[in-house]
Amino acid sequence: MSDAILRLDDVHTDIGQYHILHGVSFDVPEGGVHVLLGRNGAGKTTTLRTIMGLWRARKGAIVFRHHDITALPTPDIARLGIAYVPENMGIFGGLTVEENMRLATGSGQFDKDRLDRVFALFPAMEKFWTKQAFALSGGQKQMLAISRAIIEKRAMILIDEPTKGLAPAIIRAMIAAFREIAADTTILLVEQNFLFARALGRGVTVIDDGRIVHDGDMAALAADEGLQTKLLSLSLDAQH
Amino acid sequence: MTEISSHLNRFGGVYLLPVAIAALAFALIGVPSTWVTLTVAGLAMGMMIFLMASGLSLIFGLMDVLNFGHSAFVSFGAFIAASTLAALAGWVAGDSAILNIAALLLAVAAATAFGAAAGWFFERVIVKPVYKDHLRQILITIGALIVAEQLLLAIWGGAPVAVPRPKVLEGSLIIGDVAIEIYRIFAFLLGLAVYVAMHFALNRTRIGLLIRAGVENREMVEALGFRIDRLFIGVFMAGSALAAMGGAMWAGYQGLITPALGGELMILVFIVVIIGGLGSIEGSLLGAILVGLLANYVAFLFPKLSLASNMLLMMIILLWRPFGLKPAIKG
Amino acid sequence: MSDQSITSPSAIPDTRRRVPAGRLIVYAVALAIALCLAFAPFLFPDVRAQEVAARICVFIVLVASYDLLIGYTGIVSFAHTMFFGLGAYGTAMMLKAWGPGFDAIMIGGGLGVAAALVLAVLIGLLSLRVKAIFFAMVTLAAASVMMVLANQLSDFTGGEDGFTYQVPRLFSPAFKLVTDADGKVLRLFDVPLNGKIAAYYFVFLGCLVLFLAMMRIVASPMGTVLQAVRENELRAEAIGYRVVSYRTAIFCISAVIAALAGVLRAVWLKYVGPEVVLSFAIMIDILLMVVIGGMGTLVGALIGVVLMSLAQFYLKDVMEIAAEATAGVPLLPDLLNPDRWLLWLGLLFILLVYFFPAGIAGTLMKKGHHR
Repeated sequence: MSDAILRLDDVHTDIGQYHILHGVSFDVPEGGVHVLLGRNGAGKTTTLRTIMGLWRARKGAIVFRHHDITALPTPDIARLGIAYVPENMGIFGGLTVEENMRLATGSGQFDKDRLDRVFALFPAMEKFWTKQAFALSGGQKQMLAISRAIIEKRAMILIDEPTKGLAPAIIRAMIAAFREIAADTTILLVEQNFLFARALGRGVTVIDDGRIVHDGDMAALAADEGLQTKLLSLSLDAQH
Repeated sequence: MTEISSHLNRFGGVYLLPVAIAALAFALIGVPSTWVTLTVAGLAMGMMIFLMASGLSLIFGLMDVLNFGHSAFVSFGAFIAASTLAALAGWVAGDSAILNIAALLLAVAAATAFGAAAGWFFERVIVKPVYKDHLRQILITIGALIVAEQLLLAIWGGAPVAVPRPKVLEGSLIIGDVAIEIYRIFAFLLGLAVYVAMHFALNRTRIGLLIRAGVENREMVEALGFRIDRLFIGVFMAGSALAAMGGAMWAGYQGLITPALGGELMILVFIVVIIGGLGSIEGSLLGAILVGLLANYVAFLFPKLSLASNMLLMMIILLWRPFGLKPAIKG
Repeated sequence: MSDQSITSPSAIPDTRRRVPAGRLIVYAVALAIALCLAFAPFLFPDVRAQEVAARICVFIVLVASYDLLIGYTGIVSFAHTMFFGLGAYGTAMMLKAWGPGFDAIMIGGGLGVAAALVLAVLIGLLSLRVKAIFFAMVTLAAASVMMVLANQLSDFTGGEDGFTYQVPRLFSPAFKLVTDADGKVLRLFDVPLNGKIAAYYFVFLGCLVLFLAMMRIVASPMGTVLQAVRENELRAEAIGYRVVSYRTAIFCISAVIAALAGVLRAVWLKYVGPEVVLSFAIMIDILLMVVIGGMGTLVGALIGVVLMSLAQFYLKDVMEIAAEATAGVPLLPDLLNPDRWLLWLGLLFILLVYFFPAGIAGTLMKKGHHR
């Protein structure tokens, strides 16, 4: 797997006095969507936050394109070309849609082509361009969060449960958008919703109790119902 | 009910509060000339307190740091301005209006520069090691406040210090039967200029955008690739400089200052920041104007209740809006 | 504080088997202080020392009750002297109005304590649900207003000068507590057993009872919950504790104890004024004492109060000598002026918070664990 864009090697993370990640190791290959599946509290969000440097790994290494980013400050990690869309979306509610997106550009200037592309993907962004972001609906906020991640060229985007609380119609639109975004960047997608994950994912890693319990192709997992039942009953909520 | 409140919001919402208080005071006072004098005094006082409060509010909003030593900047600003004015006695008392004003501006500038430098020192040495630990942060800044107040006493002594006021700003403007102190107009205009400058910087510049975003969600700003700690030291220095500027203006306003001045003003500053809502300069301005007006009206109508009235105002506003009138939107 | 929380769960069985050396030292020192205070009138018979001993007694209670907030619950309040002052002023005003008598102490003290309780409930419900810093600001504002009120309502409070009053005859030096066959005051170890002794033991026993009550509170299930809240508020909330109620409750308890300490102080001093029971300087003293002694230990209060009280006398002497020695140097004598002793104490305080946030008692107690 020399084509891995991101490699986690035996990563341990503590939050306060709680040991959350117990030696997480997996590779994210360059290009496409890689899915990190797991139920609530399995350690998915902790994994993303540790990659982003928002929580610190106590042990182990995180390597992004030959840079060891384990101990790097968060802004430096971001500047290597990693965008982060947190579970709560991290929208600046008091800022307008424009200001939210302008912040996400390194220079403060918009690249016209990319902006057009964002507007084509999410027309609502153009419509609410000068509105304060707190007035957006949940789905629109999610679109803004993703727009912010793609307004610049990024090597990789970390997305934490984008489908949470969204209506099925919006989820279908999201699938289309993600396919297009994944054409020129790598996405590490954290999900609980297996249908959404299966529609997008090329590779899949399953995490439970802070440990990796499965790592392989999405196609193989989708075909093997026995393995699915075993992993899904282990790792997914009954609701899906 | 909801219809009334939506109408109120259209015409300015909570910004109508100072107007309502002014109108009520007009009815109670009954003498227009007195009312105008008190209103101008209240606005001037409000603007000076705004200078002190806005920095504190932004520092808190951006980094969750409440600097209890903030009042030390106010005190030092006042005393440095007093010493500067005393040193420039020739300019201050001279007949040249330009030299008069220059002396005051120099005094304010000296205080402000000191505030910025002291703010840098405070942030690097005192506050930085205890970010994210509120208990120790409060204790450390209280400790720093004790030390700063003692230094002040060691340098200037405990006796009141007279502050010479530039000649051109002495006296009052008389319009009909209304007398307005010129210094108050000057203080109001300076405060207003600072507010406009801050408003512009926050809403029209990239640094301002970063600050507003950082107040809402610090982590996300970092995840977008910005070093917020560098931003923060700038804000800390600016906030401390503004506090010292406010102290300098206050010194000229009072004419006689004691080392207790910072501590006394700090209570008003806290009340302003609490009722205005943490992290927003609009809130600080609104709170400061409210407190300034109320302090002057009540001091005239019920002299003994001046400070208690502001406390009461704070209690009522907290019951109505637990996070203040215009808090910054959080994430 | 977080490292404390990591080690403590596993440390509990350890301490039950054998008491660690550090903990032993702390308790031994605390016991020695308590014994000195218990026999203070006989050990230190001069008037000044008795004043100091009575002040130490009351401040131990005051500081320990503050420790319930800051150490055990993580709440920073600046209103503690306000509650102390309410107890003291209530008692004093009633003694002044009704004349010396235990009824005045009971009713006046009771009213003061009740006022403290009402204010604590109000402040607590109003602002304990928001951030710690916000609470600190609100209490500071409330305390300042109380101070201004005490200064301005001089018809009732005597203003800045305060006022004096009489206490029950039992507590006056002229009262013969125990008489010999001739009707003269009996002397024990050469100390006359007069009303002054009675007053001292009234204060001492009152403080002892209050301190033991606080030890009981800390050891109760409520104490455990409070510490859980301090360590991890969200988790405590998730387990089902109503954090705001618990915080408000401890804030009220602490306010009531502070007010009771104020009652004792007023009975001893026969004088109240903003300087002795309300001022911000006292609040700073309390903060310094609780941090120096050790937050979250209760016994730290004894050590902190005694050390600070000694420092207030001896540090000034040392500084006086140092100031004279450096008389020729610019600025330095000003900084070493005995009036500037708070400067050095403030610096010490900052260093302490940086390097030994657990204070003397806390640091020593942690030392005992061999691991």
